[in-house]
Amino acid sequence: MPTVYVNDTPVEIGTRKLNCVQAAELGGVLVPHYCYHPGLTVVASCRMCLVEMGELKDGKVTMQPKVFPGCQTPVKDGTVIITGEYDKRKPAPALPYDPAYKPGERAKKSQADTLEGLLLNHPLDCPVCDKAGECKLQDYSYQFGRTESRLVDEKNQPPNKPDLSSKITLFTDRCILCTRCVRFTREISGTGELQVVGRGHHEEIDVFPGFPLENKLSGNVVDLCPVGALGSKDFLYTQRVWYLKTTDNVCGNCATGCSVHTDTNKDIVYRLRARENPDAQGYWMCDEGRWGYHHTHSPDRITRPLTKGADGGLRPTPWQQVQIRKLFEDAVYVTARRAVVVLSPFLTVEEAYALGTAFKKLNKELRLALGPVPVVGEDDHYPKNVKGEHVPPTKFTIRAEKCPNRLGVEAVLTKLQGEVIRFADVVREDLNAMWFAGGFPDPEAVNAALPAGWKAPAHLFVQDLFHSKLTAAATVVLPATTAFEKDGTFVNHAGLAQSFPRAVKPGPEVRGELQMAFDLGGRKGLATVAAVRKDLAKDLPQFAALTELTQPTASKKVELATV
Amino acid sequence: MPIADKDVTWVDSPKLGLFEQLYLPLIIGGLTTTLSHMVGKKRTESYPEQEPTMPANYRGVHRLNRDENGRTKCVACYMCATACPAHCIDIVAAPAPEGWKDREKYPETFVIDELRCIYCGMCEEACPVDAIELTTLYDLTGLSREQMIFDKEKLLSVFDQTTKAGTDPVRTRAGDLGPASEAPPRT
Repeated sequence: MPTVYVNDTPVEIGTRKLNCVQAAELGGVLVPHYCYHPGLTVVASCRMCLVEMGELKDGKVTMQPKVFPGCQTPVKDGTVIITGEYDKRKPAPALPYDPAYKPGERAKKSQADTLEGLLLNHPLDCPVCDKAGECKLQDYSYQFGRTESRLVDEKNQPPNKPDLSSKITLFTDRCILCTRCVRFTREISGTGELQVVGRGHHEEIDVFPGFPLENKLSGNVVDLCPVGALGSKDFLYTQRVWYLKTTDNVCGNCATGCSVHTDTNKDIVYRLRARENPDAQGYWMCDEGRWGYHHTHSPDRITRPLTKGADGGLRPTPWQQVQIRKLFEDAVYVTARRAVVVLSPFLTVEEAYALGTAFKKLNKELRLALGPVPVVGEDDHYPKNVKGEHVPPTKFTIRAEKCPNRLGVEAVLTKLQGEVIRFADVVREDLNAMWFAGGFPDPEAVNAALPAGWKAPAHLFVQDLFHSKLTAAATVVLPATTAFEKDGTFVNHAGLAQSFPRAVKPGPEVRGELQMAFDLGGRKGLATVAAVRKDLAKDLPQFAALTELTQPTASKKVELATV
Repeated sequence: MPIADKDVTWVDSPKLGLFEQLYLPLIIGGLTTTLSHMVGKKRTESYPEQEPTMPANYRGVHRLNRDENGRTKCVACYMCATACPAHCIDIVAAPAPEGWKDREKYPETFVIDELRCIYCGMCEEACPVDAIELTTLYDLTGLSREQMIFDKEKLLSVFDQTTKAGTDPVRTRAGDLGPASEAPPRT
């Protein structure tokens, strides 16, 4: 088995092709780096990952006389890597070095020198910089750098570029020219807006005049920036990062189901960041998802139950006075064939299952339909060329299907009634009663699904986030929860089931869809996903893995019955 | 840089000798102090008729300092709010108004709940631009809780008031830390 020695510790690398940074990581040693990113090409320009290298051959170590950039140097069997933190190595028998060689000394000095160079022109902006607290320059300076600056001259202070894009601003003076952002726009989005202009000390990141950084993946450059140079205008100055609580979540804006970090403080979502998940989407996420969380805190949201009064208008009603189960039972009392339950593709698997079983328990004849599936345009593949055409291989896709869980809800429906009934088919029928479990972040998607001249059923129960044509005709309107406000599982376009925990609490008068299902089914106990998952595993064995989850976030490929 | 192990000195408390173990000498010393006050000069102040002069490092009501252009010095970095053990500081930051060439960020609102505050002075210590200070104002009264929640205007007015009265807080590190640590200009 090929073995690499990281600070004397043998690390088996198998058949993988690794560079020094990755090999050291396997051995539990951090090689600091700025420009290297596993999703981008390697340029070795920041020089932060300099390590000492050598080879162990025939019981003898031959060290190279200079330091190497770890990100650019591949390892092979017998490679010896010495990092600047050799003195803090894990206990391991020392390799047979040359007695005159002092391991780690050159690497340590190189790291400190590199940092001093990077900090020469870096302003002491930390108190007002949004990156402070999660800044790699801060972290590495603290860990590997010097305490004081020796620079006596004035720092370079190029002007900021707030007009880089409508969503992103550039604090030019904070940039350390790692060019991650430039490589991203060239390799992943393919749009190539960003470039390095100037030479030497006058190098700056910039766009060509009249061609701002406007593409659907532009927000990723903010995540990529290891310092506070690129800032998202959406998040700018709203919070200090140390106040934020991060929950690993799943983006609910399209069928790709990107893994995200949701940063919240006091139950308010402030920021989404892409979470690396090779099974789901890779390293990136799109702008629509990144800045598409605002509906969660919109003042237009339905926050309490509303019932139709005598005058035909909706008025707020306390939960105690809304006897959901009785009202719905009465509505379907005459004939359940003229009633339908609509489960939207924004529900989690657990919610859809709990609601479906609860309604089937109420009345076996009730039909369950899949809610309207919003589709906008076509799947958008990246990278693109200058004409906007896709250039394979695909590195990121924004799906046209703008909902997170169509496959999951379909799997539940298929199990419970053997077929998937489309909303478009049932909505044209002459219905007497309808339960619409929505959760649509955009009410226009609901409005668009209603045919012209649509006649509302006499009894219409709507649980949704926003008012739409449907709620206007409803007899009972109930508040719903967004994807950030519940635990659950989404199944993405490729059949990958990703479970996620709740990031924020819903409003005080909001009862989630799961609670609704418990109330309707007359089920006792706490409405938790764990309880539902046990039953779900019995009915749908492909979701059985969810019951054994030790972590709140886990993803698993599920085999789904195709419909 | 993290503190290196060689820079840390561990100190043990000194061992008590026979003299200290007797305790009697210390008790006598303490009683002497008490008795000397009984016979010595009277130090009682007849407050409120007679107002005391507080030492310059007294920790009273906060003030927000102004710079030479009369703008608040605060850059809304939240260091004070982070350091505050009582969580009594609430700041809302915003991009600085057009024309503020020297900074990018400023506090849109800056509110201190003076009732919640424990007057520990951590905010003052944390401030990187010496924008927040505790003054010698000690007689803080109000008729309601709302009156005791000081906003930015009120805190700036405390600055005007104390500067006018010549009771600026002491600046022990003036001259050491660059222009930010200098006493504010007298208006």
